[in-house]
Amino acid sequence: MTRRLSVLWLQSGGCGGCTMSLLCAEAPDFFATLEGAGIDLLWHPTLSEETGAEALDLLDAIVAGTRPLDVLCLEGSVLRGPNGTGRFHMLAGTGRATAEWLRLLAARAHHVVAVGSCAAFGGITAGGANPADACGLQYDGRQKGGLLGADFTAEGGLPVINIAGCPTHPNWVTETLMLLAAEALAHGDLDHLQRPRFYADHLVHHGCTRNEYYEYKASAEKPSDLGCMMEHMGCLGTQAHADCNTRLWNGEGSCTRGGYACINCTAPEFEEPGHPFAETPKFAGIPIGLPTDMPKAWFVALSSLAKAATPERVRRNAATDHIAVPPTIHQPRRR
Amino acid sequence: MEEKRLIVGPFNRVEGDLEVQLEVADGRVTAAYVNSPLFRGFERILEGRDPMDALVIAPRICGICSVSQSHAAARALAAAAGVSAPPNGVLATDLMLAAENVGDHLTHFNVFFMPDFARPAYAARPWFQTVEARFKAGRGTALRQAVEARSGLFHLFGILAGKWPHTLTIQPGGVARALDARDKVRILAQVGAFRRYLETTLFAASLEQVASLGSIAELAAFRAAGRGGDFRLFLEIAEDLGLDRLGRAYDRFLSYGAYGGETPLYRPGTLAGGMLAGFSPDDIAEDHTNARMTGRGHRHHPFEGSTLPDPSDETGYTWCKAPRLAGLPYECGALARQAVDGQGLARELALTRGGTVASRVIGRLVETARTVIAMETWVKAIDPAGDWYCRAPLPDRARAFGLTEAARGALGHWLTIDEGRIAAYQIIAPTTWNFSPRDSDGVPGPLEAALVGTPVEPGERVPLAVQHVVRSFDPCMVCTVH
Repeated sequence: MTRRLSVLWLQSGGCGGCTMSLLCAEAPDFFATLEGAGIDLLWHPTLSEETGAEALDLLDAIVAGTRPLDVLCLEGSVLRGPNGTGRFHMLAGTGRATAEWLRLLAARAHHVVAVGSCAAFGGITAGGANPADACGLQYDGRQKGGLLGADFTAEGGLPVINIAGCPTHPNWVTETLMLLAAEALAHGDLDHLQRPRFYADHLVHHGCTRNEYYEYKASAEKPSDLGCMMEHMGCLGTQAHADCNTRLWNGEGSCTRGGYACINCTAPEFEEPGHPFAETPKFAGIPIGLPTDMPKAWFVALSSLAKAATPERVRRNAATDHIAVPPTIHQPRRR
Repeated sequence: MEEKRLIVGPFNRVEGDLEVQLEVADGRVTAAYVNSPLFRGFERILEGRDPMDALVIAPRICGICSVSQSHAAARALAAAAGVSAPPNGVLATDLMLAAENVGDHLTHFNVFFMPDFARPAYAARPWFQTVEARFKAGRGTALRQAVEARSGLFHLFGILAGKWPHTLTIQPGGVARALDARDKVRILAQVGAFRRYLETTLFAASLEQVASLGSIAELAAFRAAGRGGDFRLFLEIAEDLGLDRLGRAYDRFLSYGAYGGETPLYRPGTLAGGMLAGFSPDDIAEDHTNARMTGRGHRHHPFEGSTLPDPSDETGYTWCKAPRLAGLPYECGALARQAVDGQGLARELALTRGGTVASRVIGRLVETARTVIAMETWVKAIDPAGDWYCRAPLPDRARAFGLTEAARGALGHWLTIDEGRIAAYQIIAPTTWNFSPRDSDGVPGPLEAALVGTPVEPGERVPLAVQHVVRSFDPCMVCTVH
C-alpha cells in the first residue's frame, strides 16, 4: 500500500450509533487500525478538532474540486422532508440541506459508503409514517433510487457501498475501509443490496449458540429462556445476512447470545417487519418466515420430526434461563 | 462598541449536529440562540405500533445513550404492566446503565472536551505541550488509552447485552440474559481492569479518594498532594483559564435519580436557590414557542404533548421544544445528579461556584469514580440462582411514564396505550432540558443563559471559550429532538 486514503464522514438522520460502535474496535483499536491502513479522517463530526467555519472550509474545498476526496461516508439516513426541501436537517452553519451537501460531495468522491442501515436504506428513521421522509443514499427501503438514484456510480466505478446494520459492527466498517485502501473491493465483492459480501454472505444463524435448540425446534417462550427464538420470539437469524455469531460483538456478544431475537437489521425495511419485533407471525402454527433457501414442505416435515425426536435435556433447558440438565458425558467403551 | 453576529456550525465533538448563533458586543456574548437542526420524528414513528416495539425503536434514538433510552422505555412499559423486575434484573440493568454512563463520561472528557485545549491558540500556556501530546484530536495518547479502556469495559455489554449500542436485553420484567458465576468473575475482571486504568491514567489516585472528595478545599489538597493524572492536568487548566467562572447558567439542577429499584443510589430531586427539594413529574411541561412545532398556544404536559413540525413557522429557530419544571428551565447532568445526591464536592461546587465549565467536568469525573465502585458491589450482589425475568403482560389501555438518568442527565418517556397500540409517545431527553430554546416568556434555555458573558477574542471565527461552555454540557443532539 503506497497511497493514503482520505475519508470524509458526515452524519444526518441517524443516531450516531455506528460511530459509537466503531470506537469499540479492538486489537488493534480504532485509531491504530486507521493509522496502520494509511487512512486519514479528513473530518469526522465526533472526532475532529475543526468546528464550524474551520470544517466548512474543507467541505467547500472538496465541492470546488480543489481538495481530492477518496471516500465519502454517510452515517444516518438522508432526510428529504418536509416537502422535498431537506429542511429537517440543514447542515449546521451552512443554511443548506444536508441532502444537498451529500449530492455535491458524492459527485466528487472516489467512493461513497453508506455506514449503517439508515444511510443504506433509510432504516429506523424511515419507520412508521416516516415523518422526515428519510431514505438511503441509493435505496429507499427495498427500492433502488434514494438520494443519488439507481444508476449512480462513484468516480471509482462502484455504486454506493452499503455497510448495512443497526448498528454496524466496528470491523465491518474498518475492514471495508481497509479493503478500499488496498484497492481490493470490486463490484463482485458486493451482494445484490450492495453490501460487502465478506460479512453479508453469512447468516446470523451461523454459529448461533442456540443451534441445538433450533435443530430440535425446542423453543424459548419468554425472554431469558435458552431455547431457539425462531418459533415464538420473532428471531430472523436464519434469514439475516451477517456474521454476528461468528465475528461476535463487544468481546463475546451477539443479539441471540444477549437473549433476544435477531431482527434482521442488515436488511432494507427491517424497521417494518409487519408484526411486533419480538413475536413470530405464524400461519396454521408454522412460522411464516422460513429459513433461507429451505423449501416449506421440507421445513414442515423436518420440524415435526425434530420435535418428536427432541431429547429431554434439550426440551427442558429450552424453557429455563440456565442449563438445568447438562449433556451426558459419553463413556468410551473399554477394550 | 463593536457588535457582531456569529453563527457557529457544524458544532462538532458533540453527539449529533448543532448550530449556535451568537450576538457579540465588546468581546462578550450578549445573547445566544441554540439550534438543534435535525428532526427525525421518533415519537411519530412509535405511534400505532405494538407497545413492546418501543424496546427496539427507542434505543435507536441515540447511539450514545442507547441503554438509557431502553431503560426509560422499559420502565414506562413496566409501569403500564404493573410489574417490577426481580433483584437480578435490576442489578444487571444497572450494570449496563452504569457502563454506558461511565463510558460516555470517558468519551466526553477525552474525545469531545479536552482536545480543545490542544489547539494552537493555547500554545503559550505552560500546560500546552503536555495537553497537546495527551489530547490532540484524533491522535493524543490519552484518547487512545481512553478508547481502549472503554472498549474493554464494554465487554460487559458482550456478556450482559449481546452488544452495544442497541440491545434488546432490557425488558419491563427484567433482563433476557441470565448470568452465572463465570459471567460474574469475567465482569469483575473487566471492571477491575477499568478501575486500574482510571486509577493510573485519569486520576493517579484511588477511586475511593476521588469519590470521597468532600469539598473544594479537599479538591485543592488532592491536587497539591499528588502528581500526574489527567484529572490534575484539567484542574491546572481550569485554574489557569478561569473555567470555574465560565459558563454559569441558572444554578437550578434536576435529577430523576439513578440506579437501584425503589431506593436509588443517587437520589432524585432538585437543587435550586440553594435549596434541596423533591419534584413532581406532573409539573413538567413543554413549550413550543420557538420550536417550529404546532401547539404554540400553551405549554403541554408530556401526556398531552404532540410533535407536529410546522415547516411554515418563521419564528421558531430550532426543532427542540423547551421543557420547564414548574415553569422554569433546569440544568441536568452528572453535576446535577451528584449535587442533588449530596456528594460533598459536587454539592459545594453547585452551591458556591454554581454550574460552570469546571463544575460540570468535575461532577462527571467524581461520578465516574463513585459509579465504578458501585458497579463492583452490584456484580457481587448478583445471585445466579435467582430470577432474572418475570412476565409483564400489557393492558389494552394505559398511561405510564418511565424516568431514568442518561450520562448527560434526566430522561423521561411518557407512553399512552390504547386498544393495545401506542397511541402517543413523548420523550424529554437531557439535552432537551439543557439546550432548550426560549419559552413563551422569553426565558432562554440553560445553555443560552450560560453563554451570555462568554469572552470572544478579536478575530475568532469559532470562539474557544464558547466551545468550552457548549461542550461542558456533554450535549447529545440526536436525543434532544429525536
